Amino acid sequence: MISKKFTLFSLLLVFLFASSCETVKEYQKNRLNDAEMALSSRKVEKNEMNFQSYKEGAAGANGGKTGGGCGCN
Amino acid sequence: MKKLSLTLIGLYVLFLHGFSQVSQKYEDIFQSKPLKLEEINLVTSYYSQNGSHSAVTGGGTSLLGLGANAVTLPGSEKLNDFSNMLELKLVGYGETGNRHTILAGLGIDHHTAASQKYITASGASSPDGTRVYPSLNWTMENLNKGTEVGIGTYYSHEYNYNSFALDGHVGFKNKTGGEFGAKVSAYLDQVVLIYPKDDSTLYKTGTNSLVTPYDQFVIKTNASSGAVYSYLPGSTSGSTGYPTASRNTFTASLSYSQVINKSLQMAILFDAVKQEGYLSLPFHRVIFNNHLERYEKLPNSRTKLPIGFRLNYFIGDDVIIRSYYRYYTDDWGLTSHTASIEIPYKITPFFSVSPFYRYYTQTATKYFAPLYQHKVDAAANPVESYYTSNYASSAFNSNYYGLGMRSAPPGGFKNTYLASLEVRYGHYVQTTDLNSNVISLHFTFK
Repeated sequence: MISKKFTLFSLLLVFLFASSCETVKEYQKNRLNDAEMALSSRKVEKNEMNFQSYKEGAAGANGGKTGGGCGCN
Repeated sequence: MKKLSLTLIGLYVLFLHGFSQVSQKYEDIFQSKPLKLEEINLVTSYYSQNGSHSAVTGGGTSLLGLGANAVTLPGSEKLNDFSNMLELKLVGYGETGNRHTILAGLGIDHHTAASQKYITASGASSPDGTRVYPSLNWTMENLNKGTEVGIGTYYSHEYNYNSFALDGHVGFKNKTGGEFGAKVSAYLDQVVLIYPKDDSTLYKTGTNSLVTPYDQFVIKTNASSGAVYSYLPGSTSGSTGYPTASRNTFTASLSYSQVINKSLQMAILFDAVKQEGYLSLPFHRVIFNNHLERYEKLPNSRTKLPIGFRLNYFIGDDVIIRSYYRYYTDDWGLTSHTASIEIPYKITPFFSVSPFYRYYTQTATKYFAPLYQHKVDAAANPVESYYTSNYASSAFNSNYYGLGMRSAPPGGFKNTYLASLEVRYGHYVQTTDLNSNVISLHFTFK
């Protein structure tokens, strides 16, 4: 199971970032909306994520597959 | 008094005009529009790997049996895979102002694997395989409220594995740049039980028949026609083809992303995954310390808990830092850490190069042991209840690095519908001695 320390660290990280946020208006989001700023894996990474899920034991928490759908783990 | 009245009337007309403009704008935005093809994405990849710890041959170059009847199986993991994925994106607007997005995808992979030949000990199995996987997703967004809801379905077919999946998701945006997402998905898979047909006396019950290691079925091959039939134990009426076993994967995903300032944003992603059913693969051999051959046997349940963070930062006008970290743990004893960084550098506003590096480390599962390391007792039965020699379950580190390039000129590439082109090459090295290369191309047409 995920340790208590790690859970606390995660919550602290979210709290720190969330508490230091500033309001950004739509017209100020040109950098945030850049394709390379997307907070997800990009389509060009699809195949490498696929082979990593076959050859490694861990998967998930990256917007991709978490298991199932193929003969991998 | 007259002046005051005229001023009030003037102000009223001004406000009325102002509000009527706002109303007109909303009508313009939320005008009903039928679905229209907005974007086509094509991703094509070539992947090549080499290594010497194939799970098909028991985790390495192995000797099946002892004495004059012993057979050597090469542990090569040489594999080439060519994959293509086409995705159509259609967007339309309903009468209530909701935006509807439909993603229709079709993927086709074709691979050649050296180890696949050794599903039969003679090396006579086909080394090729093709996987076809269509998908369909629908999302409805309420642009006014910042909410979305969607459902999706997915199917995958290859000769020894079939999968059907359903998912549903919801999303909410708040006014401070935060976005919460929740998704549930279910993969309902069927593993085709094609076991290696070696001359093992363990599973043979007679001429052309084989009892599976789990005693669920008897598989018989008609000697003259070659047709395969499966029988339930004790039954005389068989079904055509190989038997199958279920493998179900249920996932609940939560995500929260937050804009921190004009150049910085982060996301936290958490998945809770429950797998049930037949989680082994029938063609993964385990060869014990006495050279007894069996097939991978793993528990029929697995719970996985990965949690990930992303932090993306746009520095100045030219440099972006994309960073990612993931911690993973499961109830098979495997824990892992993944950290990656990618630094896209914009040579022009429309052309960038992106070096990247990813480090991965994992501990072994409780059930892994290398070739000949799983033990048998005095009666030649396995000492352990569960066993595998698949190196994906072993302890190792890996490094993955490479370079990407992206070009997206304003208005697209001249005289074409091509809006952007992305190329990415990566080299992967595992401490198990597995190494691979992958090159991918992503075309976006608009």
